[in-house]
Amino acid sequence: MVGMATAAESYVLAIGTKKGLWLATSPDRQEWSFTGPHFLMAEIPSIGIDTREGRTRILVGVRSPHWGPTVAHSDDLGATWSEPEQGAIKFPEDTGAALDRVWQIYPDAESRPGVVWAGAEPISVWKSTDGGEHFELNRGLWDHPHRSEWGAGYGGAAAHSILVDTVGETVHVAMSTGGVYRSLDGGTSWEARNKGISAYFMPDPNPEFGQCVHKIAADAAVEGRLYAQNHHGVYRTDDNADSWNSIAEGLPADFGFVMLTHPRRDGTAWVVPLKADGERIPPDGKLAVHRTDDAGNTWTRLSTGLPEHEYNSVLRDAASVDTAEPAGLYFGTRGGAVYASADEGATFREVASHLPDVLCVRAAVVAGA
Amino acid sequence: MSCASGRQWWPVPEILLLLPSVLQPLAGGQSVLATPADGPVTVASLLDAVAVDYAVLGRRLRDETGALRRFVNIYIDGDEVRRLHGLDTEVVPGQEVLVIQSVAGG
Repeated sequence: MVGMATAAESYVLAIGTKKGLWLATSPDRQEWSFTGPHFLMAEIPSIGIDTREGRTRILVGVRSPHWGPTVAHSDDLGATWSEPEQGAIKFPEDTGAALDRVWQIYPDAESRPGVVWAGAEPISVWKSTDGGEHFELNRGLWDHPHRSEWGAGYGGAAAHSILVDTVGETVHVAMSTGGVYRSLDGGTSWEARNKGISAYFMPDPNPEFGQCVHKIAADAAVEGRLYAQNHHGVYRTDDNADSWNSIAEGLPADFGFVMLTHPRRDGTAWVVPLKADGERIPPDGKLAVHRTDDAGNTWTRLSTGLPEHEYNSVLRDAASVDTAEPAGLYFGTRGGAVYASADEGATFREVASHLPDVLCVRAAVVAGA
Repeated sequence: MSCASGRQWWPVPEILLLLPSVLQPLAGGQSVLATPADGPVTVASLLDAVAVDYAVLGRRLRDETGALRRFVNIYIDGDEVRRLHGLDTEVVPGQEVLVIQSVAGG
């Protein structure tokens, strides 16, 4: 059966919400068995599923409004959770800063086992070499001269996207607000890379930095090709972010938060358009995913299986793809519904309903049935 | 009161930190943590001492700059420390320090 995991594999779906984490497993991406809520009454804005080194480690950014943020991990699909005594992410004393929220947990490539990156609020990037148990602050970005001019989006000031190339030297980070920054030396030094991305809300709509880039994703096969969902504007770069060009034509709206790319196939990406600035709902209240298979030259509207009316938005990390063939596509809404597709978005089914606001969704093919 | 050797001894003065139920798992299931003190100590020092044995508990109460988290309230004899001298407020042996989370939320 196409899309069926092998006998030694299954699928894991992790749903981070405003009030806890739900985990689900499935042998076929059709029927899901849920556990949760884990971390009840704490928000889960970030999840990383690390399938390297022969294990499935689920890392979660946990943030209690009362008891603060932390990073926890589970190696047994949520049966037990661990967190380091002193915390996985802790600002050095000389910064005078305190962690507010972990927005991104990004397991690095298979060739760099143990390396996990994190993006956080206040705007900061972190790197772990022990599987996400302890992170070190990236000083190059923390001490960047632009820092005093970076701003906060509505959800806070954070580094929310981290992409590392196959070699491990080129790192792209996106932040709200600040835009895209690139390092060509593994994260030692950083330069703003926003040429072509509009900041229409600023006096100079084409500044070097200050853009409100909502999410970036890397093309699966074409080196140097990235996609960006901006605060108004959908863009592609083919030159490693030296310049960006609009690929919004053909979309019903150029606003949104999500940007996903295919795990293997070049040119394929997904967005979930929202009408903005005044409404911030799916256009006409009709929720749809849009997919391109030609790097943004054309878009296909995908809504089979989605409700006729849906007025909730989909947040930047509330969407994910798995690595199966065909790829699975998953996303959740601020209304607590989670939709899953086992055929790259051609058809969806609602796999969870009436959860708290969905903040983060991650899915993976994992060993073990 | 005397010990087996016949020498006179006195109970070590302590400050009691009372924890809400949600935090008790981080203190080995205890609802009260007793910290020896032979004189006044600041709330900050008291929390430092608690964090030596219960680091995760310490991180739930204060961030890495040492600031009390926004929705964590600490009371001494009915007064919230923010209305006293914050974490520099002194507490003396025999007093109880009460941790209560704000009822904020939605």
